[in-house]
Amino acid sequence: KQSVCWASTLIVADPGPSAPTCAAVTAAKQLNADDTIDLVFVGTQAPQEVPSGVHSVLFYKSAETPTAETVAACVADAASGYNRIVGTATKFGATVLPRLAALVNASPVTDITSVIDSSTVMRPLYAGNALAKIQIGSESPQVLSFRPTSFDKVPTEAVKNMTEKPAIVFKGSKWQGENVSKSERPDLQSAAVVVSGGRGMGSGENFSLLEDLADALGGGAVGASRAAVDAGMVPNDMQVGQTGKVVAPKLYVAVGISGAIQHLSGMKDSKTIVAINKDPEAPIFQVADYGVVGDLFTVVPEMTQKVKA
Amino acid sequence: MKILVGVKRVVDYAVKVRVAQGTVELANVKQSMNPFCEIAVEEAVRLKESNIAKEVIALSIGPKQCTETLRTALAMGCDRGIHIQTDLRTDYMELQPLAIAKLFQQIVAEKEKPDLILLGKQGIDSDCGQVGPMLAGLLQCPQVTFAAKVESKDNGFLVERETDAGTESIHIQTLPAVITCDLRLNEPRYATLPNIMKAKKKPVETILAETMGIDLTPRNPVLQVMEPPPRKDGIKVADVDALIDKLRNEAKVLA
Repeated sequence: KQSVCWASTLIVADPGPSAPTCAAVTAAKQLNADDTIDLVFVGTQAPQEVPSGVHSVLFYKSAETPTAETVAACVADAASGYNRIVGTATKFGATVLPRLAALVNASPVTDITSVIDSSTVMRPLYAGNALAKIQIGSESPQVLSFRPTSFDKVPTEAVKNMTEKPAIVFKGSKWQGENVSKSERPDLQSAAVVVSGGRGMGSGENFSLLEDLADALGGGAVGASRAAVDAGMVPNDMQVGQTGKVVAPKLYVAVGISGAIQHLSGMKDSKTIVAINKDPEAPIFQVADYGVVGDLFTVVPEMTQKVKA
Repeated sequence: MKILVGVKRVVDYAVKVRVAQGTVELANVKQSMNPFCEIAVEEAVRLKESNIAKEVIALSIGPKQCTETLRTALAMGCDRGIHIQTDLRTDYMELQPLAIAKLFQQIVAEKEKPDLILLGKQGIDSDCGQVGPMLAGLLQCPQVTFAAKVESKDNGFLVERETDAGTESIHIQTLPAVITCDLRLNEPRYATLPNIMKAKKKPVETILAETMGIDLTPRNPVLQVMEPPPRKDGIKVADVDALIDKLRNEAKVLA
């Protein structure tokens, strides 16, 4: 309990890949470089690694996969004494942090994309077509989440200084099982190269063309537009956009994607954008650094071959 | 079972908003029901059609014109509407999610006592996605966000939800509960003309937000709204060779 007296930021760790949590640590340090950062994790297995710079770890052990309600209850239990509770703008963070905020009577600021100073941040509105400069409320604790692609990630290190407690289990809901898409490909949100396909791909089988290109480009991730997901070509978790995943790779290749506002919102912070589309009027060309007007079924294989050569 | 469904009036999804003088211009911009709220309404109406729900109440918070949004919900099959009227902007600039969740909470806890609250997963204006989980937190009740499938099961609901890695299933064991709806939950119906006419006769109750005793002041004031930095103009290249040359030598993203 003693550490809590001078600690000031509590990071809520994502259960999955630690990359988003590592970005949240960077963001927390930008808010206040002197903060002591502790981390809370709720799950069935103790974490092996944590973002570097984390002072201590509080692990709430749950016998079963915890629901968001259980996670929020545990974080609320751990929250006292902290000025800030910081998490990730992933589906996990988007589910846990607002509930937690209600439990500790805070007004959360979510999906922050940049830090101006210790009390001012930026977050997008209207699918990224407006940026709002927001003053974070001064009441403690502040509940904040950060967009993982907008911040560098600190490296991870072995866990030290860990305290274990039993989870505070919420009984009103129960986790039943999951259906996780297995892929050998890198994670969409942390890949340096993303190749995405849209309606123009025609079918799920044709996405193998994009996998070949992604491989040729050094092992990139493959994403999709909503149109491709809705047509059943590929699973939902591949969707890039306002309502899917936000990515900001070094290279984004949009293939057969027209470029609706909702899709652009998920990829327009990519460093270099390439569009391959047969319609020269497609809105995607307005954000693309390099556009190729042509049939993707000839352009993509040709590009794959020539990049490899 | 009684269902309360939240419907938000927002700038139409196809409109690219204009930023001027430190704010987003809303005058003369087409507004519609938030797409995720349409999905919530559709789901509520389907639960009624399959005799799981008896009554579906639509609730909207915002300016006078929200009654149009409520009429749309009624034309889709909701039984009656409640309008919490306020002139504060609901796109995060004035009325923020915590206040919205507290207004909702009051209707839930003190007035309607529904068994299920269905909301969209996020407003496409504020892009917050906070109201659902916050309301569930205030009510200390179960919540499932990003629902892709909702089935009635064992006096509760079995909900499949979208996660970052795929999907997972959660069983809601106690009611009331809050479910927020994702894009793929259903395909909302179009309201037919006869139903639009009938909807005009359905009751809509108006309550002034300011009379509900909840502090509506934004706790995280929006200091300024600006346009995102524009990307530098791109070019169209003639062929794949030119593209690869640019990626190698200009953008330097290829080795």
